[in-house]
Amino acid sequence: MTSTDPTQQGAAPNLWMRTHSVLIERLHIRLESLVVLLVLATTMAILSPYFLSVSNFMNILLATSTIGVLAIAATYVLSSGGLDLSLGSVMGLSGVVGAAVAVKLGAPTPVAVVATIAAGAAAGLVNGLVITRAFVPAFIVTLGMLGIARGLALVISDGRVIYGLPKAMVYLGQGRPMGIPMPVIIFLGTAVVMHILLAYTRFGRHTLAIGDNENAARTAGINIERHRLIIYTLSGALSGLAGLLFATRINSGDPTAGLTYELTAITAAIIGGTNLFGGRGSILGTMIGALIMGVLQNGLNLLAVQSYYQQMAIGAVLVLAVFIDQWQVRKESRV
Amino acid sequence: MSNLLEIKGVSKSFGPVHVLDQVDLTVAPGEVVGLVGDNGAGKSTLMKIVTGMYSADAGTITLNGEDIFHHSPGERRRMGIEMIYQDLALARQQDVAANIFLGREPTRSVLGMRFVDRATMRRDAQAMIDRLGARLPAINRPVGTFSGGQQQSVAIARALTFNPKVVIMDEPTAALAVREVQGVLDLIRQLKSEGIGVILISHRLNDVLSVTDRIVVLHHGRAAANLTTAETSMAEVVSAIVGGVDMAEAAAHEARG
Repeated sequence: MTSTDPTQQGAAPNLWMRTHSVLIERLHIRLESLVVLLVLATTMAILSPYFLSVSNFMNILLATSTIGVLAIAATYVLSSGGLDLSLGSVMGLSGVVGAAVAVKLGAPTPVAVVATIAAGAAAGLVNGLVITRAFVPAFIVTLGMLGIARGLALVISDGRVIYGLPKAMVYLGQGRPMGIPMPVIIFLGTAVVMHILLAYTRFGRHTLAIGDNENAARTAGINIERHRLIIYTLSGALSGLAGLLFATRINSGDPTAGLTYELTAITAAIIGGTNLFGGRGSILGTMIGALIMGVLQNGLNLLAVQSYYQQMAIGAVLVLAVFIDQWQVRKESRV
Repeated sequence: MSNLLEIKGVSKSFGPVHVLDQVDLTVAPGEVVGLVGDNGAGKSTLMKIVTGMYSADAGTITLNGEDIFHHSPGERRRMGIEMIYQDLALARQQDVAANIFLGREPTRSVLGMRFVDRATMRRDAQAMIDRLGARLPAINRPVGTFSGGQQQSVAIARALTFNPKVVIMDEPTAALAVREVQGVLDLIRQLKSEGIGVILISHRLNDVLSVTDRIVVLHHGRAAANLTTAETSMAEVVSAIVGGVDMAEAAAHEARG
């Protein structure tokens, strides 16, 4: 068994490889995505004089917070070998449920906040139950939920935006303690917790193992069905949180909120190094991916590019990211 | 030498099909027993009966003299019966330690929360690899980047962490490059030297003849022969596999490898 490891042959590993392995092992970030982010930011800074400013930086983070939370959900589901296409619709449904509970029922803010997240979790639970108990493929179940949740949001709101959330609730979306927008604080806090959960706990390790080789995980005594059920419920709850951030920021429950956000969220997760087919994923990587999407959208806005083109750009980036990922998998793996 | 694993008179039918008929097989501590036979001879069924996946219709199975006939697969595993499947059941994007400790990762408590103790995992995984004498390029790389033989060593290392008494290996050398076969046979000899009983299922008769102490040949669900490896020949084994016919030509073909 002689070693055919390329990193152990010839010259000492170069700086790129060393940095790469440290980043991957310690922080689970792919070096390529950091480079893409830097190149993108530099390009934008050259093209637009408004790009490099503290207020614009906050704008980017604020715009990224909703997508970022959805991308965290996408990371968990994808790396467990699943798929959740209902992220954006469930986010819209949750925002409407929260606004309806707060405005139409006049419930106090804490109740409305819990209701928002619970609505998302419930949708996720339904996804998980149908996938694990009825054995319908995740692609179909969550595609169905994409339609059901969006329709339900329109039914509950009667197709109209629900305005006038209570002040305390709006603070979650518009408050700025120490000048930092509340959604950014909530987004970063969520990311830290979810990163630790994925990278450093048995739950996280099992999530990756299930996505990697379901049979191996089952042989190792992991309860796959229960784990998947938790993952989809978690994904729904995070979509609910994204709905809460969005609704409180625009001070209304909009039934069309989050339309096509699943596209951006899944793209961000994959740019960040999540394997589309499961087994690999990291929240820090996804944060970089979400920032790339945020900078891209912000830059295109500053350059006054029509939003129709932005949609095309995101779609193209998704396909490109998966192409690069698959190319690397083919290069690295001998299986 | 008293036997570790004793299978006596095991029979199994699936409907009208008699898959196993009164099969005996024993494994002593530190003994490597080859289990050979043509496709459909009943090798897999017999091993599934040993691990508890199937229950036999008749017969007895004992481990260290204790009757395990009615024990569940989980109980048998805890008692020391480990099976390494041909597909190895490895998570290929995870590193060596993650695979060895999959499902039972050691944890340590920080602020009342339980986190995976990666330092311990890595150290114990390295110790197990060293004990086996296996050579891996790096312990912190995804096992999918390893060669077939290296992946086989990871699977064997994982089996060893359960402190098994008997290890069943299903075609461990079937998909390996020629130069890697010797490495895996050395691992089997290492298990033997530690007093572990090994059942080796293989179609590669050269490997079976070079590493086993005894060879049990199944033919149409019967134990057609129980040969001492040192006293048998390729011709005798091949003849038993095909059912007693003189197969000098086929044996010569096998011997050429």
